[in-house]
Amino acid sequence: MNPIQSFLKSYNGAAVAHNLFAPLILQGIIITIILAILSQLTGAIIGLILYFMRRARLKPLGWIAEAYIWLFRGTPLLVQILAIYLATSYLGLARPLQASNIFVVLGFDPTGYATALRPFISGFIALALNEGAYMAEIVRAGIESIDPGQMEAAKSLGMTYWQGMRRIVLPQAMRVILPPLGNEFNSMLKNTSLVFDISLYDLLGAAEAIGSPSFLTLELLTVASIWYLVMTTVWTFIQSAIERRFGASTREPGGGKFNWSIFALPDRLFRQSAGARI
Amino acid sequence: MSQATATAMVDAQDVHKYFHQNEVLRGVSLQVKKGEVVVIIGPSGSGKTTFLRCINHLEKINKGRILIEGEPMGYREEGGKLVEDREKNIARMRSQIGMVFQRFNLFPHMTALQNIMEAPIQVKGVPREEAERRARELLAKVGLSEKADAYPARLSGGQQQRVAIARALAMDPKIMLFDEATSALDPELVGEVLKVMRQLAEEGMTMVVVTHEMSFARDVADRVIFMDGGVVVEQGKPADIFSNPREERTRTFLRKVLEAEA
Repeated sequence: MNPIQSFLKSYNGAAVAHNLFAPLILQGIIITIILAILSQLTGAIIGLILYFMRRARLKPLGWIAEAYIWLFRGTPLLVQILAIYLATSYLGLARPLQASNIFVVLGFDPTGYATALRPFISGFIALALNEGAYMAEIVRAGIESIDPGQMEAAKSLGMTYWQGMRRIVLPQAMRVILPPLGNEFNSMLKNTSLVFDISLYDLLGAAEAIGSPSFLTLELLTVASIWYLVMTTVWTFIQSAIERRFGASTREPGGGKFNWSIFALPDRLFRQSAGARI
Repeated sequence: MSQATATAMVDAQDVHKYFHQNEVLRGVSLQVKKGEVVVIIGPSGSGKTTFLRCINHLEKINKGRILIEGEPMGYREEGGKLVEDREKNIARMRSQIGMVFQRFNLFPHMTALQNIMEAPIQVKGVPREEAERRARELLAKVGLSEKADAYPARLSGGQQQRVAIARALAMDPKIMLFDEATSALDPELVGEVLKVMRQLAEEGMTMVVVTHEMSFARDVADRVIFMDGGVVVEQGKPADIFSNPREERTRTFLRKVLEAEA
């Protein structure tokens, strides 16, 4: 029997099928998706904040931002995750976080499997901080791609810098930012798997938890890989749908129906309150 | 301060502007009265566009001062020194100064109508319905009623520039600045924009116009300013400047430009 034959003989295909929809795996998928979305959104906000710190008149803010980006892009993500996990214990947060369960916090508990908040929060903080350093460059490229004449026109009409940013520059920069942001999220979905090292039952953590004791490690890694592929493939479709909606791929101004509600929301609130006063 | 300067719409006093070591404006003084149409001509690099951009503080000035209806633009005195004004105050003054750019600078993610409504709603807090009614009026005024829902990318250069003029007018400015408003247009589209500018002048709008369109300067200007090398070389009624310029530099410039036009 050659090595390939012996491998095929020992590989338990039935175990893959059997565990593909195991409750712990499905719970792991939910954790992975929640962790990825939270980290990506927070990372994008951190990236935006870093952009404004870099161009602030107060120079030390810019230096802090540069140091931050240098640090988080220059060290391994896994090191950052481990460091922040350990930091929670130095800060005295380990015990209270360890005691509470993510799904109790979320209000439902599919497996009853203890899923402590401590690795989740630590992983989230590390992923978001790391992502922020990368998003800073993407946000900068997006904003700087907009013709300076746009801000000048906004200012000439009496808008302040922030009004011009929020109403004129950022909605346009969004088209430029969206494609790389989508790619970042694709990476994020997979980078979340590093948190299994601080014993979070994310998708990879769940696969390890089932696979190791039953000597089905490779089979459960296959299960995890199938689900990662499903997630990234679905995301690819969602991403192109979003980009179409925002006209990002057509490059034609006004090509997409444009309503970036995050930016529009404060106006709606303001208008309602203004109406109430009248 | 004399009565004349107190009532001037724009009163520029000894304005200097450097870009690094390069002195672009070397002491420009110029008054624009209410209702006056002042056209600034001069070779490229003469500082005329820079001067225009100093009027609404898109460029910071290094020396001198600019008063808009007697109020200093962009700076305030603090302990005998000029410091840059608060952003809010600069924005408030800019909201009364319309500007039209060479490259139009329409907001490409908004329709023509939205472009015009944006600043009244955001800056003045005009109710949406009121802003839209006014925007439609202004689109009619510039002859583009049927383009209300078109995005700028769907409009010709001339149409974009007319929307840009309507956008500036929506703020009910006291004065309009035109920075080479027709220079980026195909020749056949220049006329439609100049027509709107003429109409504004006839309605009594105070205008400062930087242009290469000598016919516009001759026909519409109350006063023509010739700038060269960062200073006002000569100014006067268009008839005097064009038919009887006093300065050699003005003569040379006009000869070149009018030859090219002929």
